[in-house]
Amino acid sequence: MPDLLLELFSEEIPARMQARAAEDLRRLVTDRLIDAGLPYEGARAFVTPRRLALAVHGVPARQADRREEKKGPRVGAPESAIAGFLQAAGLKSISDAKVQADKRGDFYVAVIEKPGRPAIEVIGEILPDVIKGFPWPKSMRWGAQSKESGALTWVRPLHSIVATFGPETEETDIVPCSVDGIVAGNVTRGHRFLAPAPFTVRRFDDYVRKLDQAKVVLDAGRRRDIILTEAKHLAFAQGLELVEDEGLLAEVAGLVEWPVVLMGSFDAGFLQIPEEMIRAAIRNNQKCFVLRKSVPSPLVGEGREGGGEATRVPRRPDVTSRPPRPTPPHKGEGSRLVDKFILVSNLEAEDGGKAIIAGNERVIRARLSDAKFFYDTDLKTRLEDRLPKFKDIVFHEKLGSQWQRIERIERLAAELAPRIGADVARAKRAARLCKADLLTEAVGEFPELQGTMGKYYAQAQGEDEAVAHAIEDHYKPKGPDDLVPSDPVSVAVALADKLDMLVGFWAVGEKPTGSKDPYALRRAALGVIRMVLDNRLRLHLIPIFAAHRRVITRLDPAIRAAESHGHAEKMDHRVKPGDDEREIGDLLAFFADRLKVQLREQGARHDLVDAVFALAGQDDLFLIVRRVEALGKFLDTQDGKNLLAGYTRATSIIRIEEKRDDRDYAGGPAPKLYAQDEEKALAQAIGDAKAAAARAVAAEDFAAAMRAMARLRPFVDAFFDKVTVNVEDGALRENRLKLLNEIRAATRAVADFSRIEG
Amino acid sequence: MNSTANDDLPQHMRPERSFQGLILALQRYWADWGCVILQPYDMEVGAGTFHPATALRALGPKPWNAAYVQPSRRPKDGRYGENPNRLQHYYQLQVILKPSPDDLQELYLKSLDAIGIDLKIHDIRFVEDDWESPTLGAWGLGWECWCDGMEVSQFTYFQQVAGFECAPVSGELTYGLERLAMYVQGVENVFDLNFNGREGARKVTYGDVFLQAEQEYSRHNFEFADTDMLFAQFRMAEAACRKYLEAGWQPAPGASNRRRHLMALPAYDQCIKASHVFNLLDARGVISVTERQSYILRVRDLAKACGEAWLATEGGGEAHERDA
Repeated sequence: MPDLLLELFSEEIPARMQARAAEDLRRLVTDRLIDAGLPYEGARAFVTPRRLALAVHGVPARQADRREEKKGPRVGAPESAIAGFLQAAGLKSISDAKVQADKRGDFYVAVIEKPGRPAIEVIGEILPDVIKGFPWPKSMRWGAQSKESGALTWVRPLHSIVATFGPETEETDIVPCSVDGIVAGNVTRGHRFLAPAPFTVRRFDDYVRKLDQAKVVLDAGRRRDIILTEAKHLAFAQGLELVEDEGLLAEVAGLVEWPVVLMGSFDAGFLQIPEEMIRAAIRNNQKCFVLRKSVPSPLVGEGREGGGEATRVPRRPDVTSRPPRPTPPHKGEGSRLVDKFILVSNLEAEDGGKAIIAGNERVIRARLSDAKFFYDTDLKTRLEDRLPKFKDIVFHEKLGSQWQRIERIERLAAELAPRIGADVARAKRAARLCKADLLTEAVGEFPELQGTMGKYYAQAQGEDEAVAHAIEDHYKPKGPDDLVPSDPVSVAVALADKLDMLVGFWAVGEKPTGSKDPYALRRAALGVIRMVLDNRLRLHLIPIFAAHRRVITRLDPAIRAAESHGHAEKMDHRVKPGDDEREIGDLLAFFADRLKVQLREQGARHDLVDAVFALAGQDDLFLIVRRVEALGKFLDTQDGKNLLAGYTRATSIIRIEEKRDDRDYAGGPAPKLYAQDEEKALAQAIGDAKAAAARAVAAEDFAAAMRAMARLRPFVDAFFDKVTVNVEDGALRENRLKLLNEIRAATRAVADFSRIEG
Repeated sequence: MNSTANDDLPQHMRPERSFQGLILALQRYWADWGCVILQPYDMEVGAGTFHPATALRALGPKPWNAAYVQPSRRPKDGRYGENPNRLQHYYQLQVILKPSPDDLQELYLKSLDAIGIDLKIHDIRFVEDDWESPTLGAWGLGWECWCDGMEVSQFTYFQQVAGFECAPVSGELTYGLERLAMYVQGVENVFDLNFNGREGARKVTYGDVFLQAEQEYSRHNFEFADTDMLFAQFRMAEAACRKYLEAGWQPAPGASNRRRHLMALPAYDQCIKASHVFNLLDARGVISVTERQSYILRVRDLAKACGEAWLATEGGGEAHERDA
């Protein structure tokens, strides 16, 4: 069966869009093939900076013929009905219709034969549609045709289209189609500089081969492998280790059609700059890799460091067939950055890459000079001396200046410190300085180094190590894969930073909605949760929220102005207590949702999380998780099944009766109304279980609390066997319902069992 | 550098030896292609894009091909002449081609060859760089052009200017002349650039010409620029721009429902004045973050109104459409 080859040749496609575009092309074309009745055997998409390509294998040469029968009117029906049928079915005369019989008599049937069309024709219609509607994140118009409305848009100017279709071995045909004046053909071009001449292609296999000859590696994965392998090889040859970087590797593989890996060097004097800063300067701006060396490694020898020397490794066609090499020195405590870098060029240069290396070295020297200048300049000012500037920097229009935010963080960190075993003075100091590096030159240039530079500057001015590390760590965890701080001072500041954001934005009504979370509050809440759980912290969030909310509303003049209506000094009365309570509850519910997501990812049942959160005053995240875990384990035991069964039996009847009577049966039953032994026994059992559960909960032994509850089962069963609840005597009935309600109430010592599914 | 294109030039005119030689080589290349070679706009601007030959001529249907050098002022980038790579005043060479030719990338690469960059040994790359000017209400897609890892030019297909769709689209090339010259001359410090291509006593460096200016203007921009005056100038320029815009609108002759504009260019001058004054105020650090946005929006409103006025002038295609 024939194959389709498609290539869309354009000016340089942004690296970050390439992978997605290849996948979109594959999906859009193959979906349309299926819709058109052209099932295929396989499809692969490829992308380079200048081309998007698609190979679809095993497409039928024609669509299948289709035969359709259309039922018409009865034989002898009125003339108008016959005429309408002929028109609808596209028949000239009624003699072209067949006559069929059913149990009510004869009727006409039109048989419409739709011969399948050649696939190449159908593809010729599909391709322009797909190209015109292609979902680029950003697309543009260009050239003279761009003055017409409806002109083709593409990510960058589209120059040519290859579209061939044909069997695996013979000549292929060009798919007849065109888009906005670009006519599909069978001609493409190679590497922009190394092989710019046009050449014809027939199908995927000669396409890939000819591209390879024309210095284009079509497959991004192969380009990536070549870069990685050659970079490691170059590093190893010098006794160095490549600092791998997946994101950078993927980006660089999207910037070249013919990767040529080279090594350059810079002045070792720059190594005084913090490593993160060197790496940021080299990576962000120059898209080059940095290298490390294990300090005590026997493999490492100094010398032969010819700066600017061309050290390109000869290309080998198949990167996977290389013989294994000894493992390079391991990165670890003893390794440090070296004065070398790896660059990936797109050119096999006539001079072997000398000029390219020299040029890149020059730019990196300039970048590192800038970085060093920033670093040296920053070191001249102590962190605390930068703080007054924060008075003029707005954190958020309703939450005041950065200065006010820092004061709040400091205050909250000091509050939290003793509860998590952190030294208060250190926590305050770290909180005071934690944002100061935002005003440094280094962070202005490399925003991703916030915190990290603060640590270095704190160390340089002789701050306590715990303080310096807290400055770096207080932004953590930044994402699900980031490390969670564990040093108590770091934890205190990191918690204060995040809780101030959360309580603050809640106080001014800027909560995340749907997909909108501009202040990354979900991440902040998840960060708090992870810090609490990983460090086994025992914190009651409600009083923390409440106290900090009061701090925020008092400190903040904008809130004061907006809400006080001229009673600024009486601001504590402005926010109604009810609002406060509701908002704090809402923030806690936000934490509950985050926790649920977190626990669900770890495999916990979300209904168990609900069952625990439904209890009043659950604001100790660590305890909540302990309860959920205990509940999960317990429900798997026989005791657990007993408890759930007893609970369900007792509560289903109350729920029905409460609904019918439109009231609840809360409140203790009256012992003097107990008429049967089973009632008394159940009441006694509930009392015992309650007491035992309360003791166990106080000792935070949730399993024991649940076991105590489970002992109610036989008493519940006996009650239902012998006692009729819905009796004529209203007082008796009410008392019995109240007794059953006691079971519901008692079980709430551990969880709200009504939330548990099945 | 292996220059092949410039073998006929005397030593002191060669782009790899002289800053002015580089400029002349680029101007000659684009003149040969068919551009009008203009001189700089006589107002203070932050980039060549603000020259009316780009900002306004990019609007409307008329073809337009121009190249010019534009002194560009970025008050915040001043470093008192102490940084080898940063200047508060520098030169851009700007090329604007409307509509964008299909071989614009090739034309650009040949221009590099024309200034002695040998494409067989240098790694030229087009790296995504979407351009947006919030004050001009303009955006486009394109790249920064890298030569051996150094950004030497910006390459943009204008999609929108002054809030109006570009129809047709212009291609814009902006060469950072000092950087390019440093590269081809092999110089590490901008002030060491050979300006006139001479040697010995007759040699004039970039520093000879501009170092004092960098020192003085850095002092001015960061410490002494008279902010009261600047705030007043901003208001005055804004008001004047609005006044000229309002006064310039006239009914188009022979078409009762159409209007034409007779003072788009003078109004635009005032818009650019306001924009530069804002940059100075920003460098002095007297505009807060929230105010900053509102100043940008005020300039953009002017730019949009100027663009609208321009489209109603002959250069903007008003007569063109009437005749059509």
